[in-house]
Amino acid sequence: MKLINRRPGRQSTILLGALPFVLLIVTYAVASHFRRIDNPADKILPSLEAMGTAFHRMAFVPSARTGELLLWVDTADSLMRLGAGIGVSTLMALTVGLLIGTLPHARAGLSPFVASMSLIPPITILPILFIIFGLGETSKVMLIVVGTAPVMIRSMSQAVLDIPRELVIKAQTLGANTWQIVIRLFLPQILPKLILAIRLGLIPAWIFLVSAEAIASTTGLGYRIFLVRRYLAMDLILPYVVWITVLAYLIDRVLLWLSKRGFRWHHLEGESL
Amino acid sequence: MIKSMLKPVGLALALGIGVLSLSQPASAQQKSDFKVCWSIYVGWMPWGYLQDSGIMAKHAEKQGISVEIVQINDYIESINQYTAGAYDGCSMTNMDALSIPSGGGVDTTALIVGDYSNGNDGIILKDKKTLADIKGQNVNLVELSVSHYLLARALDGVGLSERDITVVNTSDADMIAAYATDDVTAVVTWNPLLSAIEELPNATKVADSADIPGEIIDIMMVNTETLADNPAFGKALVGAWYELMTIMSSDTPEGIAARTAMAEASGTDLAGYDAQLATTKMFYTPADAVAFTESADLPKTMQFVAEFLFDKGILGEGAPSPEFVGVAFPDGSVYGDPNNVKLRFDATYMKMAADGML
Repeated sequence: MKLINRRPGRQSTILLGALPFVLLIVTYAVASHFRRIDNPADKILPSLEAMGTAFHRMAFVPSARTGELLLWVDTADSLMRLGAGIGVSTLMALTVGLLIGTLPHARAGLSPFVASMSLIPPITILPILFIIFGLGETSKVMLIVVGTAPVMIRSMSQAVLDIPRELVIKAQTLGANTWQIVIRLFLPQILPKLILAIRLGLIPAWIFLVSAEAIASTTGLGYRIFLVRRYLAMDLILPYVVWITVLAYLIDRVLLWLSKRGFRWHHLEGESL
Repeated sequence: MIKSMLKPVGLALALGIGVLSLSQPASAQQKSDFKVCWSIYVGWMPWGYLQDSGIMAKHAEKQGISVEIVQINDYIESINQYTAGAYDGCSMTNMDALSIPSGGGVDTTALIVGDYSNGNDGIILKDKKTLADIKGQNVNLVELSVSHYLLARALDGVGLSERDITVVNTSDADMIAAYATDDVTAVVTWNPLLSAIEELPNATKVADSADIPGEIIDIMMVNTETLADNPAFGKALVGAWYELMTIMSSDTPEGIAARTAMAEASGTDLAGYDAQLATTKMFYTPADAVAFTESADLPKTMQFVAEFLFDKGILGEGAPSPEFVGVAFPDGSVYGDPNNVKLRFDATYMKMAADGML
């Protein structure tokens, strides 16, 4: 059988998937072990147990200062910001994206602007965002919006343009007006692509979330990481990074599941990662 | 989608390679090439000038070694690099030395006590005139930094505690922009940010580090083992430093040229740099530095600092008390655990300079 036609079984798929992770953990444990032989109090590569202890402390032991379980407070606040940011971006992507994709006049007016905006690194205009949105929650959410919305709008307008013209002509032949075409033809066609845009938008969104929380904050996953970075508490930073990765992965899987569940027709061709 | 799948793999590879190279910390033994790092701060600008002017190379050559002085843009990152073993020495404050390398088990010696902040760190209120008005406000500062320490000490002085305010961790890079927003009414920061914010309308400086002189100390810290195995390294650094101190403190054309170069390197002009020096108590002579290091006030200061760090949970999970990490002083006395001394104030090399032996 040709190599491209050989497929791993269910068990070997899981094993193969786990392999790089196991290798990473083993490499880490070995390196950490050797560093701690030289210096038992080494902060750079703490032992897995130390990380477990630190994570347990954040998750289950009330903080001495506020009496809160810090991990859950951080997680809830961060997810709230992420959700609000991505929510606004999604709404903008859907409305502005449809507008640009549907109406040639809107396209002429907005497309170059959105394309230019999407190229601005949001961090560079941060002081302006501060002045407009203050230094509280709004500016953190807005940093995520500024960082993700333009790209999501672009992919949504492209999704409308990618709809076969034959379908549009057909709808018109059947007597549909612009509004009906948008609601009955465009919207259902681009919804699965909206989910894909959200999934891809979440990658930079996490980066902007952590950056925003690093700048001025009192809670959040990014806040905690940048705070304890001051004394090199890798025993806390590494579990937090793993936690962020797990959260991001779960959100991505849920969105993929939603897409497969809601738009079975969209997933007929090929596999989705 | 491909991107999101490749991410963990790329990360794994990068980490794997990084971890392998990390697993060999700089081990102490006789060697001839040394590296120290520094970051931009008024009292540390001489380090950059030592490298550029060749004074460092001259003294290193005299000792038969080579010393490279590297500037690192991010202060905390420079300390982390030193703690990881990438550098043999690094400029930092007494507080950060105790919490990062010493707290992390890296035995560290204060080789050159360069200066202390005498107004370089301060608390600024918007539209309010006295420190007591800070009660109930949000205070923007770099949490767990010397700013935080200054705030804790200042609050103590007016009978307030951290419970009376809300600390908002704010990056130093964004401090000036943050102050310009309506949300921000109180900041604690350091120079040159401090003087920039002070110039803005409605800003009043209500307390500064001149109120707690000698407590925020800027020091060239070096790895204790490396220093013990290589006295030449200590001699070269100290010799070069005090040669430059003599030049720098004079108003000769040479001294002005040196200060002008440092001013430019820190993004200001000679007048601006001299203004920053005015709020910095530089120890231009080794005798002054020795006297300060040997004074009875230093152990008291380190006790304040250790208690502050412990109170904030920075001394580490296993730390049962502020005395967890031992700090040794020139007279042989130790604050904290004598069996876990990780920070040493040692005036030996500065004394050599004072006696003209370098």
